[in-house]
Amino acid sequence: MKIVVPIKRVVDYNIKPRVKPDGSGVETTGVKMSMNPFDEIAVEEAVRLKEKGVATEVVVVSVGVQQAQDTLRTAMAMGADRAVLVLSEESPEPLAVAKVLKVIVAKEDPGLVILGKQAIDDDMNATGQMLAGLLGWGQGTFAGNVEVADGKVKVSREIDGGTEDVSLVLPAIVTADLRLNEPRYASLPNIMKAKKKPLETLNVADLGVDTTRRLTIVSVAEPAERKAGIKVETVSELVEKLRNEAKVI
Amino acid sequence: MSEAERESMSFDVVIVGGGPAGLAAAIRLRQLSPQTSVCLIEKGSEIGAHIVSGAVIEPRALSELLPDWKERGAPLNTPVATEDMLFLTETRSFRVPALDKFMPHMANHGNYIVSLGEVCRWLASQAEELGVEIYPGFAASEVLIENNRVVGVATGDMGITRDGKQGPNYQPGMELRATYTLFAEGCRGSLTKQVMQHYDLRKGVDPQTYGLGIKEVWEVPPEKHRPGLVQHSFGWPMDDNTYGGAWLYHFGENLVSYGFVIGLDYSNTWLSPFDEMQRVKQHPAFRKHLEGGRRISYGARALSEGGLQAIPRLTFPGGALTGDSAGFLNVPKIKGTHTAMKSGMLAAEALVDAMSTERVEPASYVQLIKESWLWDELKSVRNIRPAFARFGMKKGAVYSAIDAMLLKGRAPWTLHFRHQDNEELLAASLCEKPAYPKPDGKLTFDRLSSVFLSNTNHEEDQPVHLRVKNQGLWRTVNWDVFHSPESRYCPAGVYEVVNETSEPALHINAQNCVHCKTCDIKDPAQNIDWTVPEGSGGPNYPAGM
Repeated sequence: MKIVVPIKRVVDYNIKPRVKPDGSGVETTGVKMSMNPFDEIAVEEAVRLKEKGVATEVVVVSVGVQQAQDTLRTAMAMGADRAVLVLSEESPEPLAVAKVLKVIVAKEDPGLVILGKQAIDDDMNATGQMLAGLLGWGQGTFAGNVEVADGKVKVSREIDGGTEDVSLVLPAIVTADLRLNEPRYASLPNIMKAKKKPLETLNVADLGVDTTRRLTIVSVAEPAERKAGIKVETVSELVEKLRNEAKVI
Repeated sequence: MSEAERESMSFDVVIVGGGPAGLAAAIRLRQLSPQTSVCLIEKGSEIGAHIVSGAVIEPRALSELLPDWKERGAPLNTPVATEDMLFLTETRSFRVPALDKFMPHMANHGNYIVSLGEVCRWLASQAEELGVEIYPGFAASEVLIENNRVVGVATGDMGITRDGKQGPNYQPGMELRATYTLFAEGCRGSLTKQVMQHYDLRKGVDPQTYGLGIKEVWEVPPEKHRPGLVQHSFGWPMDDNTYGGAWLYHFGENLVSYGFVIGLDYSNTWLSPFDEMQRVKQHPAFRKHLEGGRRISYGARALSEGGLQAIPRLTFPGGALTGDSAGFLNVPKIKGTHTAMKSGMLAAEALVDAMSTERVEPASYVQLIKESWLWDELKSVRNIRPAFARFGMKKGAVYSAIDAMLLKGRAPWTLHFRHQDNEELLAASLCEKPAYPKPDGKLTFDRLSSVFLSNTNHEEDQPVHLRVKNQGLWRTVNWDVFHSPESRYCPAGVYEVVNETSEPALHINAQNCVHCKTCDIKDPAQNIDWTVPEGSGGPNYPAGM
């Protein structure tokens, strides 16, 4: 069985994002970019399934700018076998990505597509679900555990207050949640080897996919700064303030 | 772990450090000898992640390395347009007239205000185009020496837990073996330090003296932005015995680089370079540039100030030292990028020469350096920094003007540095405590909110990379005599004293470390050893730094 893992290049999770002065978005020029952490978990899961003998090949796909090939190389250093880069504008919308992935899936014919549950830049949490809808496949989202057996995948979903187990007929879509696994480091020898793994570059225009933007960003603003706290002297003062100033009791 | 488990790979040349020196060396190597395999590793998560500099750079070395740098899109976009040198009193400022006569080193005509991190990212792309293999995110933690020859370096193991055991994500380090190894770690490189000790490279030269630079990048309203403006200051708030000054550069898209450098030979143990840097912003000459803007980044780094007298032996069997690892900064010019690049380029030439004759030590490097403009430049300014150390700021300034105007840098004498910076501190009881104002959260800030802007991160579960060799010594020397100077000189709030009144102890917040190396330099008893943490840890400086 082949596994396709779509990955996204995003602003690194260590970076404090900065809103552009004109409020049109987040500054990305000169900012460190890396693989969306949930996608790292998805790659790790696919590679583990391959190591267990469940999968035979792991193909990583990214839709975005040329530099996304660095992200794909990282995924190959973690253990993916080959990569497909679909060149497009920076950060296309989830629906456009899902349509591109549908074309890739038709070409690759995987038994499983594992995605991160959401990207940490726009937090849309949509691509996996949209791809499932477009393909008419079953979906196991927010996966905390994945087991593949007998043509089915059993997914433990992280839901409010517990987990929900679903069983899906393959081929299927799984989106990875935080607790699914802890991704490995891409070691230096593996990074060196990943340079030699195949990376195919396609153009979004050649895939016959309509990527017109359907969403308009009205404005992007930083969250309000947290005000400094105060120290109260007594319990009664605290109660008084909670009642009359904060008006919460 | 046993070395047998480590993978190993061989190259012609391995370069440790992806700053201007290492990248220039890599580019030059491939230009001169395209078949030479060159591997460059960098401890930062990406090239540029650990680069902090003012920076006004002189493009001389760059033009020699890549004459068509403009066409290649080098990010040198803001030429210096106007410049002022200010002498500050607490409330007033006086402009030094005829700067190009009194302080010719400071004249910046033809120079550019840049983000050195961006320049390095661009240099890395040029190097990769030439076939240099660049691996950021991997820290060289060990020098490989066999039969008294350096045969490469090994990267640190990843996934070692805080108590030194192999964690679930453990990955052994890798040996990068090379015919020649270049150390380009910048000031006070942790491996350079070991190499210097092993081969006794500092024998017969002055002790190195250092400075600490602390920098902020601000975004200011467009109407306040004056691209190309360069302003330097000396005087307040430093006393006459403390070498230091501030800079302010307008560059890029509404960006202002502000920072402060202090000589680490300062003697007042109560002094806090961070707080000095913060309070200079309150001076009207600086405040007016920054008010109404917002601070977007923060960083700090030590730099070498010893100049010519403190340059060690540059080669050893199997390699050489380049850039600020060797100490090529030109202090009166306050520039080290062009000298770092030049030294890297000359080292590359020497390696190609050594390779063709199969020499163990690339000794022609020293000769090439001495025949270059780099040497003339450092020679002509060699007495200026030591004059400040010996005569104080005011008389030092007079001496430097005489040296520049009358002697033209050709004085028949050479002033020397006598002490290491860590020997200069005076006991707490002998020093006066400066009264630093509280941060206002608009113009001035505290350490933690500053470190936050450096995007510093270290994997939490790893051994503390700042090693206090002898805990008892901390108590008797650092605490009892100097009252914990590390808690003040560290610009990142790494060192904290807990239980001050009962049983004082040093708490190390290693995760905050911005890799400036000041503790390794200034600790009075040389009891703190800065070692590399897990690769890709440390700051993640954005564009603008």
